[in-house]
Amino acid sequence: MSAVVAEHDDHHADDHHDHGPAKGLLRWIITTNHKDIGTLYLLFALAMFFVGGAMAMVIRAELFEPGLQFVDPAFFNSMTTMHALVMVFGAVMPAFVGLANWQIPLMIGAKDMALPRMNNMSFWMLVAGVLLLASTLFMEGGAPNGGWTLYPPLVLQPITVGKALPFAVFSVHLLGISSIMGAINIIATIFNMRAPSMKMMDMPLFVWTWLITAFLLIAVMPVFAGAVTMLLTDKFFHTSFFNAAGGGDPVLYQHIFWFFGHPEVYIMILPTFGVASTIIPIFARKPLFGYASMVWATASIAFFSFIVWAHHMFTVGLPIAGELYFMYATMIIAVPTGVKVFNWTATMWKGAMTFETPMLFSIAFVVLFTMGGFTGLMMSIAPTDFQYHDTYFIVAHFHYTLVPASVFILMAAGYFWLPKWTGHMYNEKIGQLHFWLSAISVNILFFPQHFLGLAGMPRRIPDYAVQFADWNMISSIGGFIFGLSQLLFLYIVIDTIKGGTGEKVTDEVWEDAGKHSLEWTLPSPVPYHTWETPPTIVPTEHVLDHH
Amino acid sequence: MPVELAMCWKSNDNKKQKHFNGSDFDSYHRYCLSVRGHASGYAMNENNVSKKNTKLAWILLFVAVGMLGFGYALVPLYDVLCEWKWIERDRPDDIKKVPEVAYKVDMNREITIEFMTTLNESTPMEFRAEKKQLKVHPGEYHTVNFYAENKTDKVILARAIASFSPAVTSSYFEKTQCFCFEEQTFQPKEAKTMPMRFVINPELPEQYKTITLSYTFFDNTEKSVKK
Repeated sequence: MSAVVAEHDDHHADDHHDHGPAKGLLRWIITTNHKDIGTLYLLFALAMFFVGGAMAMVIRAELFEPGLQFVDPAFFNSMTTMHALVMVFGAVMPAFVGLANWQIPLMIGAKDMALPRMNNMSFWMLVAGVLLLASTLFMEGGAPNGGWTLYPPLVLQPITVGKALPFAVFSVHLLGISSIMGAINIIATIFNMRAPSMKMMDMPLFVWTWLITAFLLIAVMPVFAGAVTMLLTDKFFHTSFFNAAGGGDPVLYQHIFWFFGHPEVYIMILPTFGVASTIIPIFARKPLFGYASMVWATASIAFFSFIVWAHHMFTVGLPIAGELYFMYATMIIAVPTGVKVFNWTATMWKGAMTFETPMLFSIAFVVLFTMGGFTGLMMSIAPTDFQYHDTYFIVAHFHYTLVPASVFILMAAGYFWLPKWTGHMYNEKIGQLHFWLSAISVNILFFPQHFLGLAGMPRRIPDYAVQFADWNMISSIGGFIFGLSQLLFLYIVIDTIKGGTGEKVTDEVWEDAGKHSLEWTLPSPVPYHTWETPPTIVPTEHVLDHH
Repeated sequence: MPVELAMCWKSNDNKKQKHFNGSDFDSYHRYCLSVRGHASGYAMNENNVSKKNTKLAWILLFVAVGMLGFGYALVPLYDVLCEWKWIERDRPDDIKKVPEVAYKVDMNREITIEFMTTLNESTPMEFRAEKKQLKVHPGEYHTVNFYAENKTDKVILARAIASFSPAVTSSYFEKTQCFCFEEQTFQPKEAKTMPMRFVINPELPEQYKTITLSYTFFDNTEKSVKK
């Protein structure tokens, strides 16, 4: 081990053309360095996480008691719509792109992303897109409030969009272009920039999951862009894609939207799987169980994501053959997902486990994501879905698969890699406090919503019947605790960047991490330029056996 | 290389060793890394990689544009797929006029027809069916009048769109005369009584005893191609 590090240092001493970042603020605007851009993405996503979170607080405050307390119904509906759009397109997706920017080149021995200037452009286009979306909050008639799915005819009616529709549509275009450019960059990096000796099946699982996610992005973001463009032309240019009077059909929008929307939910969860598969082996001190099956499970989940979309539309009046097909196809997804949960559990089985904050968040992810998966299975059964459809049961389901899954894993990734990126150790005590507060409050927040949904409380309403009062109040209390707890994460990020505990972290940071993936063999903090000469990867006999 | 493989990753830490038997411990090593080993033999040419990247980016961009086209292709595809017989949906053909033919009236069955009338948002009209409900025998012709009135001082072009429940029954609900076949022009304040003549095809499967027919008037004045 030490021999390798010494070779690194020699190599750096030879490196005369090596230079650091540009000085001043301009560095962040013109940068093409994958680490800088990764940092920008991550910080932007963190900021948007708090913006979207503030909107969620407005929602939970209004739902604390029955009746209208704080906001008017139109603004409430703007909040549910904008909360979803900001969290999906402003927080979760950019955060994973940020991790991809930082980690993929480090993990595959590439000196940078394949197309660095396009990388810079996709970040700034994201900022423009989100600002455009946020600007609708200040427009006459307010932000879009027909739900994040933007269903016509509702979204085309003056009461639901005011003047905001074209801005929301152009914002989706910008976000789409940004994601597609990011995805192209990631695919090109993985295919062309990999250290020559690293075979596809040697790649860390985070790289694999992102490769597959990038293909999903390229396949579905243009379809979404097309759907919202049809909304725009229906509204302003008298087309009739979704207008029944002109021979169109609003149900067509739902088909197109969910052809995008279902892969979209996997776009947010597949990189989550990748990070979990990276963290769990290190703290279990065992190799990942079933590496090849993990790769195949990811690929098959991605494939299935294209052929199950109408399970979001069971109540729309599908033919019975369609209901049956989409029901069975959806259930099949539980198989590869089950393989993954089994593999994570098997990785931990008899491992020499320790429970640092990244591991705690990862274990919570495995448990709570499985719960979200089970409610998904309940909803896949078409006849029972008629009861769940458009109720808080759905809200509970997808929040279980997004908050204690994607968001928890993003937190885990922060705790896991911040010491590597900054060279400083985070405060473990505050990290653990953040974990326990989050893990408990997230269940107080979302678990009661299952009961509310089963009892019949519909989604997207600012007021409700009194029989729903108790669980709503409990859910809101959980929401406030969860929201406030996240300020601890903000504190930890700032504190760690500024120096953390002052403890000097080693290159590996986590015990034997270097045996799992290449980034831990680099110095801590990671230098501005890395892998200018690609490393040579020699898989161990164990890996060779499987080739 | 094999020498390096043996050297660079063997850990002397006993703490972990005790958790694994021999073969598991070997499998713990995922990579062996050597920075210097291949530095000079590194064959990847910077220019080549840059060309490969640009080429791949163009291919992927082409795929993305193709998917945008696919999104639009779903529009005609949707109509084609909905024509498949096993998809139970009101078909565009079902609202077309059919010639009046004499069916054998099935006096043993009685079907309840319910009429619903709706105005799409901000269509400034009044619209109602003169009968809310009608009991008919399959094969029997009936005429039902609908009343519609323009409430404004302007000319309105409006189109009534039908919807059936259950959807499959639309194929057996044959109209020989209907205001819904085409766009209607309403002069300022004009009121019309519009007939709809129909017959239930006696081939209607036994299980259907009630058919709900809903009409929605859409204000097409701005979008109409007629004006």
